[in-house]
Amino acid sequence: MHARNTILFFMLSVLTVVLFLADLAWGSIRIPMSEILAVFTGNNTDVMNSEILLNFRLPKAITAILAGASLSVAGLMMQTLFRNPLADPYILGVSSGASLGVALITMASAALPMAVAGSGWAMILAAVMGAALVLLLVVGVSFKVQNAVSLLIVGIMFGTIAGSIVSVLQNFSNPDAIKLFVMWTFGSLSAVTWQYMQVLLPIAFIGIAMAFFLHKRLDGLLLGENYARGLGIPIVQTRLLIVVATGLLAGGITAFVGPVAFVGVAIPHIARGVFRTSKHGILLPASLLCGASLLLVCDIISQIPTYTLPINTISSLFGAPVILWIILKRK
Amino acid sequence: MLSTHKLSIGYSRKGKKTIVQSDLNLQLQAGELVCLIGPNGTGKSTLLRTLAALQKPLSGGIKINGREIEQLSQHEKAMHIALVLTDRVDIDNATVLDMVSFGRHPYRSWWGNSSVEDEKLVSQAIEMVHLTHKKHDYFSELSDGERQRVMIAKSLAQDTPIIMLDEPTAHLDLPNRVEIMLLLHKLAHETGKAVLLSTHELDMALQAADNIWLITETMGVECGVPEDLVFNGSFNRAFECDAYYFNPSNGNFSMNYPLTKEVWVEGDKTRIYWTFRALARAGYRVVEAAEVVIRIENDAWFVNNKRFSTIKNLLNELEQVVK
Repeated sequence: MHARNTILFFMLSVLTVVLFLADLAWGSIRIPMSEILAVFTGNNTDVMNSEILLNFRLPKAITAILAGASLSVAGLMMQTLFRNPLADPYILGVSSGASLGVALITMASAALPMAVAGSGWAMILAAVMGAALVLLLVVGVSFKVQNAVSLLIVGIMFGTIAGSIVSVLQNFSNPDAIKLFVMWTFGSLSAVTWQYMQVLLPIAFIGIAMAFFLHKRLDGLLLGENYARGLGIPIVQTRLLIVVATGLLAGGITAFVGPVAFVGVAIPHIARGVFRTSKHGILLPASLLCGASLLLVCDIISQIPTYTLPINTISSLFGAPVILWIILKRK
Repeated sequence: MLSTHKLSIGYSRKGKKTIVQSDLNLQLQAGELVCLIGPNGTGKSTLLRTLAALQKPLSGGIKINGREIEQLSQHEKAMHIALVLTDRVDIDNATVLDMVSFGRHPYRSWWGNSSVEDEKLVSQAIEMVHLTHKKHDYFSELSDGERQRVMIAKSLAQDTPIIMLDEPTAHLDLPNRVEIMLLLHKLAHETGKAVLLSTHELDMALQAADNIWLITETMGVECGVPEDLVFNGSFNRAFECDAYYFNPSNGNFSMNYPLTKEVWVEGDKTRIYWTFRALARAGYRVVEAAEVVIRIENDAWFVNNKRFSTIKNLLNELEQVVK
């Protein structure tokens, strides 16, 4: 069993590295592997290639890894917390909060000049604030409610409220503002420049580190909250930590990349299927690697055509069949 | 080992208290199996959950080894009490070994690698519930009885002085029920653990328990050796009802049939018991002064010197002769 896991982890790691390199190499302009090596070792001559690689494809590939890993880890935590195979990182309403923030800044801020409303930092700040606000509300509620199911309902309700406010805003907005918002909902891995990376990287890192720290408690939660208590797991504290970690991961990624559908719900199932275990000590790194790989594949596909496809549609096209497969297999 | 002092249990919602039981002074000793029994709605589960610290007492205190339970951390509680609950557990991809290993959770560091000691206790626990041959089977593919045994093994692996079980024999067939009660009895006596379980199986509890906590709506919790509670009439009072009565001669409940006709039975002792049952069901009261006498001899029944080899034929005949 241990040997099998070691081999699987090795293969997954190799796969991730290969996909990472492929993501750097392929695109509307194809850069050969020798060029990539040359750029990284500093022996490069072609300014154009090095510009594309270092300032466009490299941050984009890293973002793909971060987004895939974060959303998968967050999704796994939510599925365990709610003991529901269809839970995803957005179930707490954090990304609805983020989209509300973005909607407010793109559509409701008529006073702001378009340049400000459409600028990257303003949108990210709005998304972070929206996500943080919902997260705080959910955390506050998590102290009050008896069980995780109430938390689920609260999250869904916040999501619905945020969604309706966004619709109201859209109703009264001009087409330009709506387009700006809709573009954001498509999700874009290339929106993350090195500047943004300095913020996104620590957020994702802290969230994932928290998840790994909690792995043993997550195992216990699989038994249900009463049994978990019986094993000495402080439920309220654990629930709070899980909510915060998920909020950081889902909120952070949504703020910088936009909503990326299905990765969070599908990947944990793939990890469980491949490793055939329920232990989070294995499932967490497995989801992380699978998620990173999947989003790298999505990114490779999305940049093959001359006009880049939105990442959200690609991940959905991948994710939906996976969900179907899970449901059919469960029968 | 565990004691309560003026304990009140129940629910508190928006400051409004619903008291289920109050003023309970209970003692749970090491090395004994205690069965908590009582009619539905008298607070069996509430009491068990309160003692297990899954819910707060309304007032009064619970002490474990001389320390107030509320002062214990969640982790310390887990070192003292292991639980087997009625909560449904369904984990994909978890083997019997994985499930029982959960019991070692409180002893592990955060990375959670199991020590030699952990592995030894886990395999011992699995052996005690006779599941060693299914160690690597998936939990989700086991029968209900086996699952319950796995959960008991988990609580054994937790290596606590107290084990509490909420209805451990519910949904199980007779052989599994007997086996689990025997197992728990053996555990209490051989390992010196205090085992507290709630159950509906009255006859089983009467046979296996060292002590009974009989919980009723009006009388609170009565504690005692099963037989003493039978003799002092506590069982009868606890389960009093028009439709049935507690039969002290066999530790069972017997239904109250409307008995309108009278017969008398004499003869072979073992057959008499079953004959009584059949007669009661058919509405016959057994009285010495009755006109019709049934004699049991040589594995047959005789009425007015007519021989009947089955109860069915006997009842048909009685239909004719008894007015």
